[in-house]
Amino acid sequence: MSDWLEDFIAGKEGAELLADDRPRSLLLPLPALIGSMQALKAQGFDMLNDHMAVDNPEGEHIRLLWLLCSTESGELLRVCCDLPRQQPVAPSLNALWPVAEWQEREVYDLFGVLYSGHPDLRRLFLEDDWEGWPLRKDYEDSFILEPGKP
Amino acid sequence: MTPKTLTLQDLLRTDFAPGGGTQEYFVNMGPQHPATHGVLRLLLKLDGETLRQVIPVLGYIHRGIEKICEHQTYRQIVHLSDRLDYLSALANNWCVTRVVERAAGIETNERIETIRTLMAELERLQSHTLWWGVFGMDLGAFTPFLHGFRDREELTQIFEDTIGARLTMNYIQPGGLLHDLHKDFAPRVRAWLKDFGTKVDEYDRMLSGNLIAQKRLVDIGALSGDEALGLGATGPVLRASGVPWDLRRVRPYGVYDQLDFVVPVGEKGDCWDRYWVRIEEMRQSLALCETLIENIPEGKTMLVKPAAKIRLPEGTFYEELETPRGIFGVHLHSRGKDMPWRFHFRSPNLHNLWCITKIAPGARVADIVAMLAGLDLIVPDMDR
Amino acid sequence: MAVGHAEGPGQNLLLTRLEDVISWARSNSLWPLTFGTSCCAIEMMMASGASHHDLARFGAEVTRPSPRQADLLIVAGTIVKRMAQPLRTLYEQMPEPRYVIATGACVISGGPFIYHSYSSLRGVDDVIPVDVYVPGCPPRPEGLFYGILTLQRMIRERAGLKHPEERRAPVTAALPEGITKQEIQAEMLELFEAQGRRNVHEEYRRTVSDPGAKGAYPGRGERG
Repeated sequence: MSDWLEDFIAGKEGAELLADDRPRSLLLPLPALIGSMQALKAQGFDMLNDHMAVDNPEGEHIRLLWLLCSTESGELLRVCCDLPRQQPVAPSLNALWPVAEWQEREVYDLFGVLYSGHPDLRRLFLEDDWEGWPLRKDYEDSFILEPGKP
Repeated sequence: MTPKTLTLQDLLRTDFAPGGGTQEYFVNMGPQHPATHGVLRLLLKLDGETLRQVIPVLGYIHRGIEKICEHQTYRQIVHLSDRLDYLSALANNWCVTRVVERAAGIETNERIETIRTLMAELERLQSHTLWWGVFGMDLGAFTPFLHGFRDREELTQIFEDTIGARLTMNYIQPGGLLHDLHKDFAPRVRAWLKDFGTKVDEYDRMLSGNLIAQKRLVDIGALSGDEALGLGATGPVLRASGVPWDLRRVRPYGVYDQLDFVVPVGEKGDCWDRYWVRIEEMRQSLALCETLIENIPEGKTMLVKPAAKIRLPEGTFYEELETPRGIFGVHLHSRGKDMPWRFHFRSPNLHNLWCITKIAPGARVADIVAMLAGLDLIVPDMDR
Repeated sequence: MAVGHAEGPGQNLLLTRLEDVISWARSNSLWPLTFGTSCCAIEMMMASGASHHDLARFGAEVTRPSPRQADLLIVAGTIVKRMAQPLRTLYEQMPEPRYVIATGACVISGGPFIYHSYSSLRGVDDVIPVDVYVPGCPPRPEGLFYGILTLQRMIRERAGLKHPEERRAPVTAALPEGITKQEIQAEMLELFEAQGRRNVHEEYRRTVSDPGAKGAYPGRGERG
């Protein structure tokens, strides 16, 4: 595989390659995100395969992950970005890949990440008046039943 | 500035249609509707009979599987993946198994991979026969339903002999397979495949050439390749739009690299192309199964102790494969425990669903049923 | 049901209570609502509509998509918090007398989603009253048939005319432990033959042997 990725991050401050083997992962600082995504799309990553988030309460951040796929070269690339746990706001990628609109709604629904520039930021699965963000590690709900506890 | 969030109420506004002067109105399709195959709710904004906008409302079967997975061991997660897209349970099992095996560094042998590939292809046939039956029913023809389910039932019984379950088959496990094949498996599969070869042609004669079916499918819901890619569509929906993206071919797994098959690709991406691609896929899968059933090597079918606890190293792992409906992917974020820190499913149906927001506006109300049937959606997989 | 033959002129009277006749008729003409949320719905489709299992043998094949035309609600698949209200509405839209069969582990207890889920209900009986529980994940079609036969027996035994809204305690219709597939299929065949021969085979044989006879298949004789 070519090393265009190392050239790609060379000019960007705070960007680094993560040690994962496959797919290759790229950690970007928040300000460089939208510009890099535009550049990556121009590189041929025409499919936004998936978007998810991982909660990290010790590090006080939520890591967003985008999985890009190129139908020309068949390459997969993971792009990560860390957001503060309080008031996480990320730019919406809706203009680049229309599917981002709904993937971002899912992450907003389950993690409470807000997206600036999103046309329709609503909860995807839960009711509009649901309180809390269920997939965060500190989510508490008296409805949840755990084994061994009444 | 904090981005503005909305609620469903904010969208419920209607206007006078430009030019015509008639007023738009909303109709709820679902959550209890026979054509939405479960509890999908579509909010249709209509102007007379013409669709102006489709707003999918999800969550009527959101069971919180990703949260439950964080409290399950890796073996237990395999059985939860059955309940996502229950018509491709084995493919889902396989995907979870692959990500766990890769993270744990478990190597499998040729026999296991061959049987997994064979099972996945048989299930593709099982899923497509059900799709074909329900597709016909949605268009108003009840006979395909009876025929599709008749052929599916035979295959279900073959699976039951080996696996012990009829629908939520929990067979492909990290390290191998749950059981070895039943002694009747190969003869029964051979007989079924021989029989089914004539059935696909029968399907063609019964529905494909039907004038009413043609009128309801051709040029309805056309989606170009670029649009489909942007909307994240995969599987037969993407291939019908002319993009030959099939993971079995571009990034082979199992024993697909040793197999010879054609990836059917459509031209216009309308409902007819989606129909045709699936019918052709049945023929291809049939040929694949015929090759595979004759070439199962000898060997062990379980390489790790079934009760052994699986601990994975730290890291984020991802695997994907081609289910009957598209690309199913699994993200696994491990922190070195025997349970994952975060488990995420990339659902093919959720991504295919959004095509409806693109292809429906401008069409008639009756066409939305044909479009939904062509997308072949499984709601629990979207909602997770 | 209690049946007596009248002796005397004519001798072809059948005496019974009207209530019994109605219960008998009701039990053999259940109209299920086509309602399914997940996996169990596929097995329900296999059982009710498809050719191999064919629920029509037990008089419950007229599935209706509208709750106003149905009297049997087969809850097939997990019910989550968001679905609870629509489900309750569906139930209330059904005319009395109405019956509920809960199929599958999810709607009985929560099944695989009982722990750590923030949205799955742990049993549908929190939302609507249930008559028969059919365990399984999902129950095989024969299991669902067993549940429907159990419900039919309950309807026949229940004098429900004066108090249609009155409910009996729910029962579980589980296939006995250790039963094999072959045993189930043999029993189904026996049941089918016992009920089916009387209604179909005899008449059919008679029509075949005597083409001119008018009987079970009106119109056959005329068409020749």
